[in-house]
Amino acid sequence: MATTWRKIKPMGARPEILRMAGVNKVFNGQTVALQGMNLTVNEGDFISLLGPSGCGKSTALRLIAGLMHPTAGAITWAGGQEAGDLGVVFQEPTLMPWATVAHNVWLPYRLRGKSFVAVRDQIRLALKLVGLEAFEDAYPRELSGGMKMRVSIARALVTSPRLILMDEPFAALDEITRHKLNNDLLELRAKIGCTVIFVTHSVFESVFLSDRIVVMAARPGRVHRELAVDAPYPRGEDFRTSADYAALCREASGALHQAMGDAA
Amino acid sequence: MSIADPIPLLDAEEQKRARARQIDRIGRWLLPVLTIGLAILLWDRVVVWNEIPHYILPGPGLVAQTLIKDWAILFDALLVTLQITLMALAVAVAGGVGLAVLFNQSRFAEMSFYPFAVILQVTPVVSVAPLIFIYVENRMIGLLLCAWLVAFFPILSNTTLGLNSADHNLRDLFRIYGATRWQRLRYLQLPSALPYFLGGLRIAGGLSLIGAVVSEYVAGTGGIGSGLAFRILEAGYRLNIPRMFAALALIAATGVVIFAGLSFLSHALLHKWHESALKREI
Ligand SMILES: Nc1ncnc2c1ncn2[C@@H]1O[C@H](COP(=O)(O)OP(=O)(O)O)[C@@H](O)[C@H]1O
Ligand SMILES: [Mg+2]
Repeated sequence: MATTWRKIKPMGARPEILRMAGVNKVFNGQTVALQGMNLTVNEGDFISLLGPSGCGKSTALRLIAGLMHPTAGAITWAGGQEAGDLGVVFQEPTLMPWATVAHNVWLPYRLRGKSFVAVRDQIRLALKLVGLEAFEDAYPRELSGGMKMRVSIARALVTSPRLILMDEPFAALDEITRHKLNNDLLELRAKIGCTVIFVTHSVFESVFLSDRIVVMAARPGRVHRELAVDAPYPRGEDFRTSADYAALCREASGALHQAMGDAA
Repeated sequence: MSIADPIPLLDAEEQKRARARQIDRIGRWLLPVLTIGLAILLWDRVVVWNEIPHYILPGPGLVAQTLIKDWAILFDALLVTLQITLMALAVAVAGGVGLAVLFNQSRFAEMSFYPFAVILQVTPVVSVAPLIFIYVENRMIGLLLCAWLVAFFPILSNTTLGLNSADHNLRDLFRIYGATRWQRLRYLQLPSALPYFLGGLRIAGGLSLIGAVVSEYVAGTGGIGSGLAFRILEAGYRLNIPRMFAALALIAATGVVIFAGLSFLSHALLHKWHESALKREI
């Protein structure tokens, strides 16, 4: 992990890192999970994919992650994709129960043939960023749900990826833990300037976190509308209780209902 | 109750639970020892009260005496049986894990050869053993082969199950991070399979002893290099019932020791992380 962080540039000045153009995904020749999806991801963006379940949010992430290929359309990385460009966090912490916290975070490097000692500093730093530097030698079962999720996040950012994909990472956590992790995620992003695509079905979460919200509709899965969240960072508890936040939530909520309405 | 009142550290419910835990801990050892002791005592009394002659049912005291008196013969036999058992178990582990990995890596190999494994498993070893002893010249290798046949299947089937049970999200993660097939096997599938393998190993440990004993019954007279089963047969022909019992006791004890050893191994390997080895407080 680099010790000099990327700086988040203002919206207009962010270079493109990934583009989805007219992406379709059809399963078993019948389920249209995604239709004509266009999305440009710029460096430093925090993009939320917001939509009801079944609208193809996970499918979009899996396509970007390269776990499957589009039926039609293209996904292109500016400058090509390299190892370590991508970090992933699933809804489950998805840790290896037989490995310690540090060894779990080592995984992306280990699979690239890097020894533990060689990337020790990066692992320490990633754990420090999520506030778990004291738990290096703990096993996952000794950690709470929120802490496991933090390990999962540390593993995703240990290689300083250009893009981090998060698929409803906090959906299974309680409200208090979720708020805390939302705050911490923004702090982390301010520090290291990472680019995030964040899947959620919570309007509040998407407004609080992102600078762009992509509202999606189901059957067939598609982009309904894109909203810019025009509120400055850093955002904390003040923002959560502000009138701006309430207005933005209303707007996003309206767009979501519209998206669900024309699906019905 | 005022705020200054000290909060009792152990309320009634907690005390009850602590007591229950302690009783549990002691009972785990005491009860088996007690029931086995009582059973032996009962056995002794039945023999004495009914004046059963020792060539029909020897009492526990006589069996113990025989065990000491015939120790030289029985111990040699025990070593032979133990050797066959452990070698068969070792070969079963190598063969079972090796085949499981092969089947896991190649679906065609699995489709082609899994039926053979099943056929070998479902055919009773007593019915195959006579054939084996016709074709295999070396008695030791014949015994080993029989014991292996009985023991390898639980390892194969459990390890296969374990290799396939790796968390699917972790599989995805390994793919995203560009893991090779070998890395996925080494870092994901084998650790996932470990608890399953150890479960199979515990079953196989008992089975390889059964295999070693049963096949020796089938192999019959052996003279030099004979195991416990042969000693039981021999003692039976001579109506030396106390020695039959002594040999039987040794076989049972061996089985218990093997099971305990493998259980300990399993605990040592899993206690840090696996559900099966975790203690729940409540
Ligand atoms: N592997 C698959 N095979 C068949 N259908 C799938 C598969 N994955 C997703 N789908 C279908 O595609 C649609 C979109 O799924 P998904 O992307 O998981 O939605 P979301 O994450 O927004 O809830 C759903 O109708 C789902 O049933
Ligand atoms: Mg989903």
